Amino acid sequence: MQAILEMRNITKSFGGVKALDNVNFKVLSGEIHALVGENGAGKSTLMNVLSGVHPHGTYSGEIFYQGRNCTFRNIRDSEKMGIVIIHQELALIPYLSIGENIFIGNERAKSGVINWEKTHQDATKFLNKVGLKENPNVLIKDIGVGKQQLVEIAKALAKDVKLLILDEPTAALNEDDSNNLLNLLLELKKTGITSILISHKLHEVTKVADSITILRDGATIETIEVKGGEISEDRIIKGMVGRELVDRFPKRTPKIGRVYFEVKNWNVYDPQIEGRKVIKDVNIKVHKGEIVGISGLMGAGRTEFAMSVFGKAYGRQISGQIFKDGHLLTINNVQQAINNGLAYVTEDRKTAGLILIEDIKHNVSLSSLKKISKRGIINDDEESKAAINYRKKLNIKSSSIYHKIQNLSGGNQQKVVLAKWIFAAPDILILDEPTRGIDVGAKYEIYTIINQLADEGKAIIFISSELPEILGICDRIYVMNEGRIVGELAKEEASQESIMKCIMQSNRGRY
Amino acid sequence: METAKVNPERFESIGYILRSNIRQYAMLIALIVIMIFFQITTNGILLVPMNVTNLILQNSYVLILAIGMTLCILTGGNIDLSVGSVAAFIAAIIGTLIINQKMSVISAIIIGLLIGALIGVWQGFWIAYVRIPAFIVTLAGMLLFRGLTNTILKGLTLSPFPKSFQSISSGYIPDFFPFFDKFNLTPIVVSIILSIILIFVQIRKRRAKIKSGMELTPDFLFITQLLLTVFAINLFAYWLAAHKGIPIILVILGVLISGYHFFTTKTVPGRYIYAVGGNEKAAKLSGIDTNKVLFFVYLNMAVLSAVAGIAFSARTNSAFPAMGNGFELDAIAACFIGGASATGGIGTVIGAIIGALVMGVLNNGMSIMGIGIDWQMTIKGFVLLMAVAFDVFSKNKAK
Repeated sequence: MQAILEMRNITKSFGGVKALDNVNFKVLSGEIHALVGENGAGKSTLMNVLSGVHPHGTYSGEIFYQGRNCTFRNIRDSEKMGIVIIHQELALIPYLSIGENIFIGNERAKSGVINWEKTHQDATKFLNKVGLKENPNVLIKDIGVGKQQLVEIAKALAKDVKLLILDEPTAALNEDDSNNLLNLLLELKKTGITSILISHKLHEVTKVADSITILRDGATIETIEVKGGEISEDRIIKGMVGRELVDRFPKRTPKIGRVYFEVKNWNVYDPQIEGRKVIKDVNIKVHKGEIVGISGLMGAGRTEFAMSVFGKAYGRQISGQIFKDGHLLTINNVQQAINNGLAYVTEDRKTAGLILIEDIKHNVSLSSLKKISKRGIINDDEESKAAINYRKKLNIKSSSIYHKIQNLSGGNQQKVVLAKWIFAAPDILILDEPTRGIDVGAKYEIYTIINQLADEGKAIIFISSELPEILGICDRIYVMNEGRIVGELAKEEASQESIMKCIMQSNRGRY
Repeated sequence: METAKVNPERFESIGYILRSNIRQYAMLIALIVIMIFFQITTNGILLVPMNVTNLILQNSYVLILAIGMTLCILTGGNIDLSVGSVAAFIAAIIGTLIINQKMSVISAIIIGLLIGALIGVWQGFWIAYVRIPAFIVTLAGMLLFRGLTNTILKGLTLSPFPKSFQSISSGYIPDFFPFFDKFNLTPIVVSIILSIILIFVQIRKRRAKIKSGMELTPDFLFITQLLLTVFAINLFAYWLAAHKGIPIILVILGVLISGYHFFTTKTVPGRYIYAVGGNEKAAKLSGIDTNKVLFFVYLNMAVLSAVAGIAFSARTNSAFPAMGNGFELDAIAACFIGGASATGGIGTVIGAIIGALVMGVLNNGMSIMGIGIDWQMTIKGFVLLMAVAFDVFSKNKAK
């Protein structure tokens, strides 16, 4: 069989951080090719390079598609060639009908005037192909996620797709819808459509894939041919995580004290979707001076859990108890959470952690203004002193405390977020992906800061999708999946394999 | 802690200081250029003492509204469209109370301000707690309070107000040093005292900053800045002295401007306003009650609208149905000319005041030149667009 796609030596950097490093990726015509790897391994980046989201010139390397060297400037270019990507967050417009969505940007029209009859007819035709029995006039918001996913595929078919890329298509689907979708992929294969499937759910991968490429840390590890033969999930996991651990984490001898922070029977419902439980009966405890990790894949509910604990900043119908040093806390808003000694370093520093248009000084003081003010008037000297102090202590590389946040690098921005919360003098710190998107050197510095905070006797909850990081700095690890705690591992028993196993077992429904 | 030694790398950044403050200075310079331009084209009439006083009296209501509008815009580019109608509504109420009901001026003003606050509570509730966009709530308020104004006034003009009420916008502080016949010495004495206090405070502040190693501006820049400010204060005082002295409304303006400048730059709630506009999500996760901030900002705006209504009706000596039409647009334009960002988080009270003065001088200068109201509008529209375009260009360049 000949190759429909070959990506050669693809290298792509984001502000000095290499997301892809000399990746080679080959897909044969008419196969289902699975692309697997941990979060941050570079799967989505590679697909964005392919589909023109990252235009030609912003990466190095070559893309050969149907034997031709392609230089896509945008998604339109790649779609013209029959490459269609369906992202994890569906690109459908909720208040337009199924028919309108299928032909969006590709309308059945003559000199700009839409032919509704043809739209309706063709939409029905494509809906039949994907096995969706719905009237094309129904609005997208009125059908479920599973059906929406099928509409996305119908949309791709309408564009005369030859290479279909699906990024975590089943992440939001239930068992039935997932099976339905996978069977559809097999159907499409028969009609000659090639698919690239990105998935964390390895049992799905082993079920439909003809070959599997494993990415790790922005590099291709291997491509496994399935060829009808059975392939074990363990074999794939080994490829995904099996790396040598070098000395990337500062040494620390933990001094763990009494139980200091406890969350009991925590339940949270989705704020948007009625009746959808996001967090299910979560119980965790953290000791003084302990760094506790919460591991899990994207969408496992870790951020939702952390934010709901931090002053109910996420979710509704929240139930459960929070104890600090044995006392039950009443926390109904963020201010109360802060007053009770909690701090939450957000996953997304740019949209939720920092005021980018302000300087270091104003960001560091933001959560502690009451502390440095008298009768509502801010003491400018104290504010500057604090900023100068943390700028030096955390080694924030900047011209002065008046440096605007938007002009700092990611690692230094993250240090400002940490400074803000350290200045607020919390007893319990929840760190959500504190090293996301920053380089190895800055990571080391941030680990060192976290270790120091633990040694000062603070209780620390460390959320990360990067397994080596969790293993490297946590004293104990909870594994979370689909809103539940599915495993608790002491440092000694924790390994990348054991964590992945906890997740995979819960996915198979074996708790 | 860093030591008292001033880091030498900081001094090489004079260019950086100028560049980062270019917006503030640019509008001030533009104001001066516009003043010089009209001074020439009007053969010196613009800066005749009487006209300077006039400028302040004419624009007092825009200045008051611009202060409140700055806070609204700071919270995220929200604007309050209802200010003109609210001002008219309050003027109609006060007019009815004083002229028809013969109520005392003081109690009528207090009632007017309280009703202003109630309007603020009403609009603030919908904006901050129900989260209806400010644009829509205040557009509704614009119609609502315009309608109520007409209802109260029954379509008629109320006039005249007693002298004591008129004096808010047309009275002067009595001369405490009546040594000259046509020259009011009080402004000069006040300005000299102010200058001495200013010099003293500035030098002390600079010393403290140098001591803690946080000073950024070099000596000559500091001295020029200080001397220019002192010069401007005293020149202004001379103009006032040569006319009738210090207008009462100028004292009210002075208190409001310095009060709100202090509030926005030095206090915790002031900082919250900037934080909400800069990134509401981050502000919320930092423990700031963002709803409360929004609520306060619109409450405040309505109270200031009431103040503007009082000032305007005192000046025109009447309350009439069409009063305050277009006030909101003057105030919004002043803020944007003064460097406020349409997306929030950036802007200053002083900037908005400068913006309002730019508009005021344009109006006044063109009127003296005999340019018709139609061309005046066209030119003001163009100036607004150019001022914001300059902002966008200078930002792009900085990147």
